[in-house]
Amino acid sequence: MADAFAAVETRGLTKRFRGGQLAVDHLDLTVPAGTVFGFLGPNGSGKTTTIRMLMGLIEPTSGTAQVLGRRMPDAARTVLPQVGALIEGPAPYAFRSGRDNLLRYDAADPTADPRTRAARVDAALERVGLGAAAGKKAKAYSLGMKQRLGLAAALLRPRRLLVLDEPTNGLDPQGMREIRALIRELAQDGRTVFLSSHLLDEIEQVCTHAAVMARGRLVVQGPVAELAARAQDRIAVTTPDAGDAARILKEHGVTGLTVTEDRVTGEPPPGDRDPAELNAALVHAGVRVRAFGLERGTLEDAFVALTGEGFDVAG
Amino acid sequence: MSPGDITTERPPPRVAATLGLLRSELGLTFRRLRTFALLGVLAAIPVLIGGVVRIETGGDPSAGSGSGGGADGGGPAFMAQISNNGLFLVFTALAATLPFFLPLTVGVVAGDAIAGEASAGTLRYLLVAPAGRTRLLLVKYASTLAFCLAATLTVAVSGLVTGALLFPVGDLTTISGTRIDYSEGLWRALLIALAVALSLVGFAALGLFVSTLTSSGIAAMAGTVGLLVTVQILTTIPQLDAVHPYLFSHHWLSFADLMREPVLWENLYANLRLQGFYALLFGSAAWARFAGKDISA
Repeated sequence: MADAFAAVETRGLTKRFRGGQLAVDHLDLTVPAGTVFGFLGPNGSGKTTTIRMLMGLIEPTSGTAQVLGRRMPDAARTVLPQVGALIEGPAPYAFRSGRDNLLRYDAADPTADPRTRAARVDAALERVGLGAAAGKKAKAYSLGMKQRLGLAAALLRPRRLLVLDEPTNGLDPQGMREIRALIRELAQDGRTVFLSSHLLDEIEQVCTHAAVMARGRLVVQGPVAELAARAQDRIAVTTPDAGDAARILKEHGVTGLTVTEDRVTGEPPPGDRDPAELNAALVHAGVRVRAFGLERGTLEDAFVALTGEGFDVAG
Repeated sequence: MSPGDITTERPPPRVAATLGLLRSELGLTFRRLRTFALLGVLAAIPVLIGGVVRIETGGDPSAGSGSGGGADGGGPAFMAQISNNGLFLVFTALAATLPFFLPLTVGVVAGDAIAGEASAGTLRYLLVAPAGRTRLLLVKYASTLAFCLAATLTVAVSGLVTGALLFPVGDLTTISGTRIDYSEGLWRALLIALAVALSLVGFAALGLFVSTLTSSGIAAMAGTVGLLVTVQILTTIPQLDAVHPYLFSHHWLSFADLMREPVLWENLYANLRLQGFYALLFGSAAWARFAGKDISA
């Protein structure tokens, strides 16, 4: 599969709900095949609406969505058997066992071979570590187990694309780690993983590429390393003379200073000045420097820089 | 073995795939506690009627026929004959449950068909499987019809067994006054059960349509049952008799004509036509609604 091939491509994709609310606004999204693609944005930014349009569950108001090279929702019947999806949390039949749930979802796929159904269901349950709990009713499952069951449903067939909407939502840190490890494993088989999340560190840990949504619009998309590089590095000084350090840094053009007890950070002055000069200036002024360095920008810094707002703001 | 390793996979023929989904749907409907509860209530009604008649008549066959003329006005059709022949409990129970209890249970199952999956969130996973909207709707309707048949047969079989245990059985007298033997009577009972089940076909389609209108299973069930109650009230208002022939319950009691000799088919056919009309009308409406609906639940 060539890298140029896009697993998901939208052009001008727009959804306006009845009542006039613009949930997705002219979205041009390109998910290169074979990537682990993070779809990032605060709750309410239009991620789930986009995913529902990609899966043919809701009709776009305007624009197009292509999944695996075919137009959705028209090609749903040929495209969706190749896509495993976890949409807005798991939804098992509470009074049926985990195995029965998967048997039902597999029976709903008209291209799934019924002769291999039982074997595929068991293999999928093993893959997500639910083999021992397969016979238990889904209502007795913990949230983490339900998420796993949802993942198992996405793995019933060989899939070219996995669409995972907030797969770690509501899990404790241990459950998050386990699910992320599983996602990394799944990505190693060369399939495309489209992972939506409102957690920056999740995207940084798992994804190779990312797109950022805010208020229904695409803010930026590209490789994660490139996005993070957009964030400015910060100068960080550890010193017992924090007040003096801040004054001197400010005199040398450092902006956005934050001062804590023994630590001063700020954005380097514009231009290509060597940060070592700032260190020299500090020492020259008699500031006792314990540590001086540049902190690499994170995706979160990039996000704040791009949107001008904190990440936990709901659109 | 990981799921990706299965290379021998071959897609099944489309009919087989749809039958697979239908089997899954039937399993879901009939292995559900709620379905057992509904059928249990239906099974209890013939026992209740039989018990009351038995206590009233003291098990004396002549007491039944003696009070027969008087009871005709009050109870459901065939009530007076039960103590003469237990088989009449089947007809009485069907006549007693058809106006309300039977369609009530059908309303619960039909109303919940799509809306219930939507409110549980399972609908989105069925559709991305991808079950196909038309296919899912057809399978849901088919399994609702299977429930109509199961519900009717539950009443009939419970009536048959209770009747045989509490009352004498044997040859019976038709409405036309002729005698038919017990095996012919059983055959008529089966036909009547089928006629009653078919009477529910139109209402089931109406329930399915209501089910596509909302994402709340409870609202859809309540709406469907509300429609049933409304229609059954309308049928009792004489000023509206111009409307009555178009109400789905208009020919419901035509099944009694199967107890005539010879059978009067005219009303039975009229009922089938009306049910077919309702099934087409509300089946199409349900499809039109569901095929283009945004699934946001």
